[in-house]
Amino acid sequence: MKKLLLIPILLLRLITQSALLALNQIWVNKTRSILTTLGIIIGVSSVSAVIAAMSGMNNKIMENFETFGTKKIFLWPQRPDSGSKKNLDWWQIRFKEEEFEDMLEYCPSVEFRSFVSDGRNLPARADDTTVEAVRLNGVETHWFDIENREIMMGRPFSHLDETQGRKVCIISKQLRDKLKMDRECLGQTITFGHHMFLVVGLLEEKPGMMFDEGNRDNLEAYIPFKTMRKINNNRWFSVIASCKSTDVAEEAKAEIQFFLRRTRKIRPGEPDTFRVMVMENEIKQVMKVFGMISMVAFGIVSISLLVGGVGIMNIMLVSVSERTREIGLRKAVGARPSAILTQFLVEAVVLCLIGGCIGLFLGHGLAVTISKVVPMMESTRIPLWAVLLSFGFSALVGIVFGMFPAIKAARLNPIDALRHE
Amino acid sequence: MIQQSNKPVIRIKNLTRTYKIGTESVHALRGVDLEVCQNEYVAVMGHSGSGKSTLMNLLGCLDMANAGEYELNGIMTTRMSAASLAHVRNQQIGFVFQSFELLPRMTAQKNVELPLIYSEMPFWKRRKLAKQALERVGLGARIDHKPNQLSGGEKQRVAVARALVSSPSILLADEPTGNLDSKTSASIMQLFEQLYAEGQTIIMVTHESDIAAHARRVVRMRDGQIVSDLPIEQDPVNTHNQGPEEAPQ
Ligand SMILES: Nc1ncnc2c1ncn2[C@@H]1O[C@H](COP(=O)(O)OP(=O)(O)OP(=O)(O)O)[C@@H](O)[C@H]1O
Ligand SMILES: [Mg+2]
Repeated sequence: MKKLLLIPILLLRLITQSALLALNQIWVNKTRSILTTLGIIIGVSSVSAVIAAMSGMNNKIMENFETFGTKKIFLWPQRPDSGSKKNLDWWQIRFKEEEFEDMLEYCPSVEFRSFVSDGRNLPARADDTTVEAVRLNGVETHWFDIENREIMMGRPFSHLDETQGRKVCIISKQLRDKLKMDRECLGQTITFGHHMFLVVGLLEEKPGMMFDEGNRDNLEAYIPFKTMRKINNNRWFSVIASCKSTDVAEEAKAEIQFFLRRTRKIRPGEPDTFRVMVMENEIKQVMKVFGMISMVAFGIVSISLLVGGVGIMNIMLVSVSERTREIGLRKAVGARPSAILTQFLVEAVVLCLIGGCIGLFLGHGLAVTISKVVPMMESTRIPLWAVLLSFGFSALVGIVFGMFPAIKAARLNPIDALRHE
Repeated sequence: MIQQSNKPVIRIKNLTRTYKIGTESVHALRGVDLEVCQNEYVAVMGHSGSGKSTLMNLLGCLDMANAGEYELNGIMTTRMSAASLAHVRNQQIGFVFQSFELLPRMTAQKNVELPLIYSEMPFWKRRKLAKQALERVGLGARIDHKPNQLSGGEKQRVAVARALVSSPSILLADEPTGNLDSKTSASIMQLFEQLYAEGQTIIMVTHESDIAAHARRVVRMRDGQIVSDLPIEQDPVNTHNQGPEEAPQ
């Protein structure tokens, strides 16, 4: 029983002894060892950098979707690819307001809905300041809920604004500043084109998105949908909605489809004359593609680890053959085959772990550089699991590729080894 | 302090070793019988190629016989596993080689400690024993020298210390003075004499009669067989009517 307890202690001692011996051996052949582990170094550094970049990008994409809104549903008219309505012109398939009247009642998974009359660029003027082109959008008041845009000052559109099509607007901070208006701009007026609007609300700044940072100056102005209809001949509009939670995104889509087919009187079997796009689905799609890219990248860099392993095996074979006399001597004074096996195996593992350490260090440097250079990957860093994985993989490479040379050394006959030139 | 006893340390019977090179086979040992008792001092002599080293390697459990039996301290070593043989080498045998076989990057102390590392001894005990062994061979002042900082004689002393450090039951030496000049050889022989006086059983191979003259018993070999086995007083080495053996190789 006592002997059984001693085994792990002895094993631990054997391994520490071998590790010290291995470090000594590696230190003696510094240059060669570093060159040997180059494969492992490159492998581990690229693997960890790729993982870091991928997880950084993953976070960023998720963050962006989060900001953009994962619950959004987009609706727009679209000519079907087939069927009798294939050749209808846009006028015939356009949305009509009355088609959406009872939508929220019939679609229990849908939370909000807003018509969107897509923007027109109009010159804007406040007092003496003019801005060439401002994007004027006609929306309903729930648009701000769906887009998650907070009105930091003033109020949203009121019922009266909407039903009567009053000339009120909600503008962005950037537009206010560009027009050199007072900070407290509520109650002042802006002229868009030939129409004068009362400013009733000021929008909170739009959170930055992945691909449009800096290149749009967010000169936005929103007016009630009805108002837009009055000042604009354009009868075309789309609809934006939101589902109650991302879990019911699919249901919401089905409900809307069913509802719209009924209100638009599309007979069974005929294709839709509109499109419903659920953000949640798009996210899933993107994440799937992203996951596939990660796997491919990971696979490619794993090959370099394999190549690194072959390098380790090669150098261990060299090490065994040039130290054959030493092995012989060690055996002559009483080293068991298992001791020799452990010695060379541990040496290979230590070599790989050193390579893994340097590789992680370089990988970290690479990740930091990426995060500094590429703005959309600023949260790039090596996750803990990747660090552990790298060490695990390095050790595994050491064991797998060190095993053959170690067995070769352990099997040597003492006298044959001693006589080796 | 000399304790003559008749307890056999080594007992070999019909020991045979044949080397195979391609289709040809070299009969290095053709059935050797030998018995060596505790605290004997044996010199093995013979022409080059007569099988002396082959015999020593078998006695040192460095090699395996093709046939025959080898009993060491009552343990039958033939057909032992590689691991058990390693244990036997570690505990029972001290081997001194002609070419010293010290590990070049280790100090004298570390070289001497080597056998103890493989006997799972704690390091403080190891250090103490190694130091004692080095003092015993007169190298107490060279403990931290590396092999390339030692003379040939000193290297061989380190090798002897390494062979002795685990208190083996036999000390085997294959031409221990083969690489040394006559003066240094004499000092190594003096060391052996001292060890013998302390009760160590010694078997050594040599070509030189004046080295063999230090032993108490001379075994002569020819063509893989023992041709004479006599106490030193009766061996021709001592009669001076025979010149030195032919030069090796
Ligand atoms: N590893 C080997 N493979 C093949 N033949 C060998 C091997 N070792 C020794 N021999 C042969 O066995 C015979 C005995 O060799 P051994 O080394 O025992 O001689 P020796 O008496 O020690 O000679 P020397 O005095 O020159 O050292 C020789 O003929 C030699 O060629
Ligand atoms: Mg020989």
